[in-house]
Parts: sequence; structure tokens; C-alpha cells
Amino acid sequence: MKSLKHNTPKHNNRYIILAIGAVVLCLSGCSTIGVQPWQRNLLAQKEMELNSAPLDSALDDHIYFSKEASSGGRSFGGGGCGCN
Amino acid sequence: MKLSLKKCLSTATCALLGVTTQANANVLSDWNFDTALMYYGEVNRVQAEEGILNASKDFNNGKILNFGFVIDSLTGASANGAVAQPTAQTFTTASGKIQKPSKQTDIPLDGSFKDTRAQASVQWTQPVFQNNTLSIGSHFSKETDYLSVGANANWAIDFNQKNTTLSLGVASSYDQVKPLGGIHDPLTLKFTNIAPTNFGGYEDGEGDGIDYNDSQVIPADGGIIAASDNKTNNDLLLGLTQVINKRMLVQFNYSYTAVSGYMNDPYKILSVINNNGVTQEYRYENRPSNRTKQAFFIQSKYHFSNGVMGLSYRYMSDDWKIKSSTLDFHYHQNLIHGFYIEPHIRFYTQTAADFYQPFLNNNDAVPQFASADYRLGALDSYTVGIKVGTPKKNGQSMAFRLEYYMQNAKNSGFAIPGILADEPVFQGINAVVAQISYTF
Repeated sequence: MKSLKHNTPKHNNRYIILAIGAVVLCLSGCSTIGVQPWQRNLLAQKEMELNSAPLDSALDDHIYFSKEASSGGRSFGGGGCGCN
Repeated sequence: MKLSLKKCLSTATCALLGVTTQANANVLSDWNFDTALMYYGEVNRVQAEEGILNASKDFNNGKILNFGFVIDSLTGASANGAVAQPTAQTFTTASGKIQKPSKQTDIPLDGSFKDTRAQASVQWTQPVFQNNTLSIGSHFSKETDYLSVGANANWAIDFNQKNTTLSLGVASSYDQVKPLGGIHDPLTLKFTNIAPTNFGGYEDGEGDGIDYNDSQVIPADGGIIAASDNKTNNDLLLGLTQVINKRMLVQFNYSYTAVSGYMNDPYKILSVINNNGVTQEYRYENRPSNRTKQAFFIQSKYHFSNGVMGLSYRYMSDDWKIKSSTLDFHYHQNLIHGFYIEPHIRFYTQTAADFYQPFLNNNDAVPQFASADYRLGALDSYTVGIKVGTPKKNGQSMAFRLEYYMQNAKNSGFAIPGILADEPVFQGINAVVAQISYTF
């Protein structure tokens, strides 16, 4: 029991060093996140839009809003029809 | 024909905007129209048709004007909340008319379910400062027994070379419910079913020994407490979109919705049963008049060499104790000559609202809130679908979508007494969705 108590701070230090290492790694990774303006040809395609088929989404939202108890998330979840 | 349709719609839109015919020539070609027709059909239940027209004009300086029109119509029967019995049950329709008795051992349906809805909306989007975009809009929606007006605003800021976008949106709507036949006193009003033999020998020609008369009005039961009621919805939406690399982006959304006012389904009832599961009477449902919902939504899009995958997950919880998870997967596969195919899979699961119960027991005190609406009960649903699209030629393209929706209602721990053990207390829905889309 005593030895455990003595070991705990060492373990904590190790975790802190590991955590700092992970954050540093992540931050260095984050600096490469994103693209330059000339690298956007794929991102600019219609299929890559966040809501690439808005009519399909609107029709689906209407169906699921009237058959299930959830709405919203992707966009506003308010009312608009008496279907629920 | 197609060109003239576009011309016709453009002229109509211009007329709405007050743009003169002289200016039409320049405006015509700049408008884009997205249209879709959808059919939704449940086996022996609700059938719906919905048409959408979206007209948008890009003014090429980041300013976009969008008009939306929706018309939908519903027919068919939906579950009225009562439990099935070994004998036929007869209910009045929303307008106080006697409807055809339910077939025995079927979940009782409200066969008077019929409505038409029309909605118009407008949205204006424009840059305000460098890297800032403002979008504002409003909608008006009307159906026989319902009216909704609302407005929304969204502010988005791009930074980090437009690799990161933060957005803040607010929306508000005012809805008015005006049920056919008025609003019944919820839960406190009890009523019994009307045995077919009690209202005379009207032959309905079906030769099934059960006759009824659609036009016979049941005497007023004095339970109407109002002609209409209303509710307000307020939404807050926070969003973060991050480009990861040239093939991938992710989106995180947090939304908060507060609804207050009348949220009952005015046509839904509960059966009051005895210890043996035999229905004694019925009461109208009653839901709390406040509801707050929170949703977390994460979406990722990834561009493969010849296709795009979209994967999203939503977690929602509200103070009615409903928790739900939704997983949605799309894969857009490019084919030869610009054709494409897009499979879709969706999985949804929800827990029951804390006031949901499939029936009331006549030995228990009547609760303050209760609903037997299956949509507030525990359920799972699955959607599988496929969409096939044509290449865009001269600004025109078509797409066809076919989906199958399966919903399984679950018992979240209710003891099913006596004769109800042999009845379908928790049932599901099977529906087909077919859609055709045309862009020009």
C-alpha cells in the first residue's frame, strides 16, 4: 500500500508527459490540417457540399419528423407542419 | 417544352419580385430550378404525395436569392392510439362523424386522416464583411388544421484560408393548431365507444354485417374546450466546419430547441383498460406544454478517387426523456458518361417519452400527462435506399430515388394484461418512398 502511494506521482508524471506529447503531436498535425486555395478542386464538387441534395434532405426530414420523435441536428429542428 | 417551362417559371418568379418584363430576358437564364415529386406509401395506412419547387438565383457576387414552394397531400389511416381488442371498436372521426369500425384484432385506425399542405419560403444570402456571410429567410405554411409562420437568420465566419467556418443560426416559428371538431378536454374527458348496433340499420353495402353511416353525427359530448391553440418554436444552431485535407471535411453542429404551447396530437386517444385488458372507455391524450431538445450532429465527407462517402451521426435528447441516435450513410459512386448511383442506409433508435404509455388502467389514478402515440414510444427504424442520376446536359439533369422504411415499435417495460397478450399492442410501419427529381 505504501509503495503504491510512492509510485502514484511517478505514474502521474508519466501520464502528464504522455498527454503533453499527444497534444504537441496533435498541434503539429493540426498545422497541416486544411488546404491551399488551389487544392480545392475535389472539395468544390457538388457531392462534397455539406447538404449536397437539399430537396432529398427536406423530403426525408418531413418523413422522419412525422414518424419519429427527433428532428434537427443538420439544420433547424423546429415545426412548420402539423405532422407531429 | 423544357425551355418554355423554365421561361414560364422565371417569368412567374420575376412577377413575384416585381421585375419588369423588359428585364426578364437577362434574368431568365440566371435562375436555377430544382424540382422533386415524392410518393410515400405505408401498407394499408398513410399515403402521401409531395412536390417541391426551389428557384434560386446567384447574383455572382455571393448574393443568392432562393424561393421554395411545397405542396403535399395526405390520405389514408393512421393509428389513433387505442389498443386492439378481440372485438371490433367504433370511433368518431375528428369531425364528429362515426367511422367504419376497426376490424377485430387490428390496431384501431383513424380513417379520416386527410390533409393538404402548402408552404412558401424565401431565403436571402449575402456576404457582409470579408469572410462573413449572412443568410435570412422566412416561411409560411398552411394546412386544413394547421398554420405556421417563421423566420430564421444565420451568420457564418470563414477563417484559416476558408478551411474553418463557424456559424450561428437562430430560428423562430409560431404555429397554430385548429383541429377539426375543436380541441377536446384532454385526459379528463372520458368517452365510450359506440357499438354499431346502437345507431340503427344503415346498410353500408359491404355485406360484412357491420353497417354504419358516415354522415351520422354523434351528439355533442360537451368536451370541446377550445377551437384552436398555438405553440412557439425557438431554435439555436452552432456549427463548425473544418476542411481536413483535399479529400475530407468534417462538420460539428450543436442545436438547442425550445418549444412551448400546445403539443398534443388532437386526434390521438388512449384506451382505458381493466385488469383483463378489456377496454372500458377512452380519453384524449395530454402532453406537457414545454419541451427542450438538444442535438449533437457530426458529419464527414470523404472524396474517394471515383466517389464520395457521406457519414453522419446525430444524438438527440430532450426533457421528455427521449434519447435518440441516428446513423446515416451515403455513397455517391460515379459511373460512366456522368451517370451516378447512390446507395443509402439509415439507422435510428429512440427511447420512450416519460409520459408515454400504451394504455391507461382503470384502477390507476389518471396521470397529468399521457400519450399512446407510437411516435413517442421506444422504437427502431431502418431505411435502405438507392438513387440513380443522369449526367447534367445543358443545365438539366434527372434523378430517381427508391427507399424502403421499416419501423419497429418496442415495449419499453409495460406489463401487457389479459387479452391484450394476443393483440398487436406494439406494431411497426413498412413504407416505400419513390422520388423523381428534375433540375433545369
